[in-house]
Amino acid sequence: MKCRKCGGQAAIELRRHNAAFCPDDFVEFFRNQVREAIRKHRMFGRDESVLVAVSGGKDSLALWDVLIEDGYRTTGLHLDLGIFEYSLDSRAKCEAFAAARGVPLLVSSVAEEVGAPVPVIKHVTRRPPCSGCGLSKRYLMNRAALEHGFPVVATGHNLDDEAATLFGSVMHWQTEALPRQSPALPSTHAKLVRRVKPLYRLSEREAAAYAFLRRIDYIVEECPFAAGATSIAHKEILNRLEDTSPGAKHNFLFGFLDRARPAFERAEAVALNECVRCGQVTTGTLCAFCKLADQVKRAR
Amino acid sequence: MKVVLRNPRREVEVAGGRRVKDVLRDLDVIPETVIVIRGDTLITADQMVDETDTIELRPVMSGGRP
Repeated sequence: MKCRKCGGQAAIELRRHNAAFCPDDFVEFFRNQVREAIRKHRMFGRDESVLVAVSGGKDSLALWDVLIEDGYRTTGLHLDLGIFEYSLDSRAKCEAFAAARGVPLLVSSVAEEVGAPVPVIKHVTRRPPCSGCGLSKRYLMNRAALEHGFPVVATGHNLDDEAATLFGSVMHWQTEALPRQSPALPSTHAKLVRRVKPLYRLSEREAAAYAFLRRIDYIVEECPFAAGATSIAHKEILNRLEDTSPGAKHNFLFGFLDRARPAFERAEAVALNECVRCGQVTTGTLCAFCKLADQVKRAR
Repeated sequence: MKVVLRNPRREVEVAGGRRVKDVLRDLDVIPETVIVIRGDTLITADQMVDETDTIELRPVMSGGRP
């Protein structure tokens, strides 16, 4: 198989694009997709400081690498989830990446902020671990961005993540979730920063290939709580579809964004309040993060 | 030839002298779910692998709900 650009030996085939690329031209293809995402959704400008949420996995470190190489002003934010060896390794990967490139990295610990690490939160709430983990991550990312003066948080969500989330929402017809699914969520409150997903045009296989070809040392192991997660089951279903019908994931997500999402956007905005305890944004009086922290405190 | 699999890390021996896509099919691996590593580069599904080769099938899925 030959590279579409230079005709040399290809390293990766992208069936949905009916193309294959050599390592150098694939890296350029990947960066162009990120540039197109940033441009199309006006995610951020070169005059802005971007907080990049990094887990230590391939997606977020690949994203950070592209932004650094393209000259954006970035700071990493790693949230230590307290999930045994997995979290220790993840944090070490982020610290090594930042040190090697001379870029700043902030680290925040879920155990310190919520009062317990993710495994204990799972036990206390008796809910799937991804539930309390995701809630804590979204809250802490936003709060860290506000405290340090970043107008925008970029996460490494890729095409597969977004297609799987959409699939889950549609399976249960969670129509209230559909308008919130977007590559770029604007700030709708003074205490909510913009959230953007510059990798949404790229599959996770492409992110893994980029990370490998750029020699990024990322954590290959899965989160120990990932086994059995609904999102993974949905990804597996979508990958089977993709195998028989290349482009299926892309068409599902992009068709939604282009044609279906506008129909689900509500005419009237949801009322946003500030949490009576922490002051962060909530639709109620006490925010979900403070409720979670209370639940953890009561159980200990 | 040797194939390295991950999560957990393990190695299996399979017949070489054929294309990567045949090895993937043998192991029941969907091409979309892995990158195929030989040495310090990636190889495409149509490339031949020898009896003496070692390749890694590295899963690309990241887990958990965002």
